Amino acid sequence: MTATLFLRDVRLAFRAGGALTPLLFFLAVIATAPFAIGPDLALLARIGPALLWTAALLSALLGLDRLFQADREDGSLDMLVAGQDAPSLALLVLAKCLAHWVTGLLPLALAAPFLGLLLNVEWTGGLAVALTLLAGTPGLSFAGAVGAAVAVSLPRGGLLVSVLALPLSVPVVIFGVSAARAALADPDPFLPPFLLLCASTLFLAVVGPLGAALALKGGE
Amino acid sequence: MSPAGGRGAVPRPAGAAHMRLVAEELAVERGGRLLFSGLSFSVAAGEALALRGPNGAGKTTLLRVLGGLAQPLTGRMRLEGAVGAPGAACHLLAVENAMKPALTVEENLRFWRRFLLPAETGGGEDLMPRAALEAVGLAALAGLPFGVLSTGQKRRVGLARLLLRHRPVWLLDEPASGLDAASEAMLGRLVEAHLAGGGLVVAALHGRPSAAFGQEFRIEEPA
Repeated sequence: MTATLFLRDVRLAFRAGGALTPLLFFLAVIATAPFAIGPDLALLARIGPALLWTAALLSALLGLDRLFQADREDGSLDMLVAGQDAPSLALLVLAKCLAHWVTGLLPLALAAPFLGLLLNVEWTGGLAVALTLLAGTPGLSFAGAVGAAVAVSLPRGGLLVSVLALPLSVPVVIFGVSAARAALADPDPFLPPFLLLCASTLFLAVVGPLGAALALKGGE
Repeated sequence: MSPAGGRGAVPRPAGAAHMRLVAEELAVERGGRLLFSGLSFSVAAGEALALRGPNGAGKTTLLRVLGGLAQPLTGRMRLEGAVGAPGAACHLLAVENAMKPALTVEENLRFWRRFLLPAETGGGEDLMPRAALEAVGLAALAGLPFGVLSTGQKRRVGLARLLLRHRPVWLLDEPASGLDAASEAMLGRLVEAHLAGGGLVVAALHGRPSAAFGQEFRIEEPA
């Protein structure tokens, strides 16, 4: 059941062309940032990881309001929710989050080392950013699911998604950026913030889908 | 039917033949407004109930309550003779058809067949997507994206979903909306076949009463 839903959402994302939107947005933000910041290469290299992470966070929020809204509009959300108890519904939400991550955010992590070059972030730094994005962006999907689930039961709740998801995403961003920066500045240790990043993602993997499931049940 | 019907323990192939949907003193609100209260009825296996009433009387909301998707304000509804949660024994065909416009008709139906598990109560038959499409007369359109179909064709695909997995209870919200005369007759045949197989149907209807619906139930607007 869970795998079926995951495969459907992945297929839908590619079929409807929605998979490219976060990547193009990510590309646009990173490509324009050097023009805004100026040609100070040392500055760009220093803030590069933080810029990549911020752009990834904004790209993640971009499509999140559609996570459940699309299913609500065509009536399939009711069919997904009907007859499910909270734990099995949480698994379904997890499947939807993973599909959102694979189609929307995984490409960002893969593109990060190349886009890092635009910000004068060298290969090691770029790979570190990619690694932290790989570990951290699932957390953004899980956190966003809570906001999307609360917002779906409200008229014009699209704006709420960002407001609800951002506070939950803050730990992921903090540890993600500090781990990526530690890989560039030698004295700082890489592992402790990276492990905390993984912990935040795992925490959100449990809390996010469960919270979203309860919101979907309560929104009936 | 003897009252001591359980003694003989005759194995029933349909499994759900003694099923009964009972609503007791239901009061339902939507958006803070009381729609109706003190509503009681019961539908036995093999029976079809047509819900009638003016727009806004609460037919859709009542169907959602029966399907376990909304909670009544007071009163309760139960499904006698069913295993598991009431929602798991129901097919709800809402106004929307629960199909993705970007996927083909067959992909949509394949998804729902995999997603919906076989009924716990057993009985009835589960159709493959192709067979379900043939039953609603749309086998030729299986490869088209759902989004390009006409309103009536979309409705027929929505009806085909009900055939993929057997559920004893069908809750239909305006099932005939957008259907032409031939398709309406097809809908009547589907309902009759479902009833003959020991199922029960509750449908919100506006048009002419179909022959399949033996009972009628009017929801009046609260004074």
